[in-house]
Order: sequence, then structure tokens, then C-alpha cells
Amino acid sequence: MKNRSLVSIDDLTTDEINRILKLAGEFEKNPVQELLPGKVVATLFFEPSTRTRLSFESAVNKLGGKVIGFTDSSTSSVTKGETLYDTIRMVSSYADLIVMRHPIEGSARYASEVSSVPIINAGDGANQHPTQTLLDMYSILKTQGTLDKLNICMVGDLKYGRTVHSLLMAMSRWNTSFTFVAPEELRMPDEYKLYLDNLGLKYHETADLSEVINHADIVYMTRVQKERFSDPIEYEKVKNAYVLHKEMLMGAKPGMKILHPLPRVNEINTDVDPTPNAYYFTQAKNGVYTRQAIICTLLGIK
Amino acid sequence: MKEPKQLSVSAIESGTVIDHIPASSLFKVIKILRLDCIPNQITFGTNLESKTDGKKAIIKIAGVFFENEDINRIALVAPKAKLNIIKDYEVIEKKVVEVPDTIVSIARCMNPKCITNFEKVTTRFKVISKKPLALKCHYCEKITDQERLEII
Repeated sequence: MKNRSLVSIDDLTTDEINRILKLAGEFEKNPVQELLPGKVVATLFFEPSTRTRLSFESAVNKLGGKVIGFTDSSTSSVTKGETLYDTIRMVSSYADLIVMRHPIEGSARYASEVSSVPIINAGDGANQHPTQTLLDMYSILKTQGTLDKLNICMVGDLKYGRTVHSLLMAMSRWNTSFTFVAPEELRMPDEYKLYLDNLGLKYHETADLSEVINHADIVYMTRVQKERFSDPIEYEKVKNAYVLHKEMLMGAKPGMKILHPLPRVNEINTDVDPTPNAYYFTQAKNGVYTRQAIICTLLGIK
Repeated sequence: MKEPKQLSVSAIESGTVIDHIPASSLFKVIKILRLDCIPNQITFGTNLESKTDGKKAIIKIAGVFFENEDINRIALVAPKAKLNIIKDYEVIEKKVVEVPDTIVSIARCMNPKCITNFEKVTTRFKVISKKPLALKCHYCEKITDQERLEII
């Protein structure tokens, strides 16, 4: 994988995914390693994303590398009208690796074609965010001990949710059964259901969250955003139907874990946080180890 | 008195005839094959009556013989086009067009948020279905179908 970019989770073979997850486990045991002395990683955030950026910067710092970059395009030459092509050509002569978040879809693929150094896509609009998918998979593997034969329950905005689509595509490489819990307006698009049908994988759709929790190994929560609804009355009707409360976990499997890409707003009540099922903050921490593994893999260091 | 049968577009001695182009796609075909940039003699007719397809167009290009790879580029706008290869006023070969597996620099991505609609990027699509037509953008990974297809 040396000198390759990571733009989409589909760029990786199953072996490569397994290798990155294994490496992430090694970084969890031993996170501080001087593997990047003299290396410069550029973090180009054309739109702000505090969590993702801090996670990448933490990963680089733990590996002894240096970070350059910007956190918001209003402070960069992009506001002067510089093209992405020029920005990437320039930055790739300053850095050994570029981490990029950009609001325009396909921008990361394009950047990977004009850059002389590997690009890590840290989100291109509504398209791809492969490092999120890998850290989700690391969290699943770590808590369940396997990626095979799991029941993954996805909750909330399944129509526009980039993270659930990528996770579905990635987990469909294993024998996964899915449960989709979403309001009518935000149901899983047909193209993904067709994809699972073609693979012969099972899924079940429902609008009722409480009925499915007891069977799940993983409950993957996402935010239901008001602006996604054409009818605000519809939003008011469903907004509390997809909120997880402590008492809903009474019959859950003991090993069931709740994941959330964060930030959460109100979809997981804070009374869930102290339960053994809550895993979202550890999941965020796992992001650092997973990103250490990805950076080292793309630079050919590990 | 019966009218003698006449050719709407006069015959060529040698070259390529592209027939059964939908009349509405004539100028798209000219653009895709860059016929506006070659010095050869070209004649065309449009809004001609077709027994099978309503209004059709026909193009006759003297002295040009296309590679399949080039001619298949017009399949997006003229899927029923038929080619006659002419030598000494005789048809020596007939060809039909076929939708290629990849489409480069012909179609526009329907996604307004795609990088190809912001910067000078050559569009690239993988043809994921030929009938009905569905093109997956190499960059934003969104699907452009026949209805939303726009030729650049």
C-alpha cells in the first residue's frame, strides 16, 4: 500500500482492511512510537471538522511527526480563488502526506490524482469518509472479537448518513445481518438494499427502535437532522422516536455496544453514558489508533 | 407522374456514413466526433423521415474511417446509429455502435456538488448499466442516468 492514497473504503482489499485493524490494535497497546521523525503531515481542512482534525493531529504527534495545515479555508489562499489543483500541487511539495477534508464531492479522488504524495480523505462532502469507517470497524472488532456473523442495527438518518452507507458497504464483506431503524423520510436508499440482496445478506427494516435492541450486537446511532425534513411537522413527530434511553437497554445482550460517529445532540440520552453498552467515547479514542495505522501503512513504515 | 428516388444527402466516393442518428442528437454527434475540427468534406441532412425512428439525421464524411473505440463514443446520444463504410461508392462494411465500459470527457456529472462541475477536471464514468443507461462518476461516485445525461 506504500504511496497509495485512501479515498474510499472500496480502495482497500479485505486483507488490507484486516491488516490496518491489526496494526491499530498494536498502536493501542503502544501508542507512542517514534516512527515519523522528520516527516511532515499536512492537514487541509477546507471546511471545519474539529474532531477529525484533532484525531489525525494526535495520531501524527504520537508518532513523532510534525503537522502543518489550515483549519478553515477562510484563512487560506483558497479565498483568493486558488484552485484545488494548485493548492494540492503546492502542498504536496511541502508534506509527505496530506489529510484533506473538503465540502465538494470527488475532491479527494481528484487530489489523489494530482498529488505527488498520498492523500487521506477525511471527508469529501456527502461522499466518503473511509477513516471513520475503519475506526468503526476497529471498534466493532475490538468489542465483539470478530467481524463475522454480527447483527448491526443502524438508527436515525439512513438516507443521507455517509457513515452508515460506508459501514454497510464495508461490513457486507462479512456475513452481517443488518437492521435499519429510520423514519419514513430517512429510510435506507434502495440501492443499498439491492446491494445486500445481490450478496444474499439479510436485513430487516422497522420504524420502532425498542423492538430491535435486544437482538443487536452493535447499535449504530446517527443524528436525525431537522433540515433533512421537507415537512417540519413530520420532524416534530419523529424526533423523539429515535432517542436512546437507559431503560430501553434492559433486555440488551450484555456485549451489545452503542456506537455513534459524534457529535451527538440528543439522540443518546446522557443517562446511557455510564452503562456498559455505551461505547461512543472509546470509539472516538480508537480513531487515533486507527489513524496511526493508516498513516504508517500509506507511508510504507509499517 | 412518379418522382424519381433521390438521395437527400449526396453519395460519397469513400469514407463513412453515419445513419439513424436521432435528429435532436446531430450536433452532439458532430461535437463528440469533433467533426467541426477536421478539414475533410462533410455533408449532413437532418429532420429526414425515418420509417422506424421519427426524425433522423445522417452524416457523410469523406475520407475518414473511425476506430470502433472512437465511434462508440456516440452511443450515448445515438444508440441506434448505423455506420456504412464506403469505398468506390460501395458499402464494404456495416457497423453498429455499442456503449463502452468507460466514458471519458463526453458527459457531465449530474451532481452539482461534484468536483468536475467546479474545476477543470476531465469527467470519467464507469458504465454500470447499459440498458437503462447508468453512469457512475469516478470522482463523486454518484449515478447519472439517461434522463439527467448532459453532453459536454
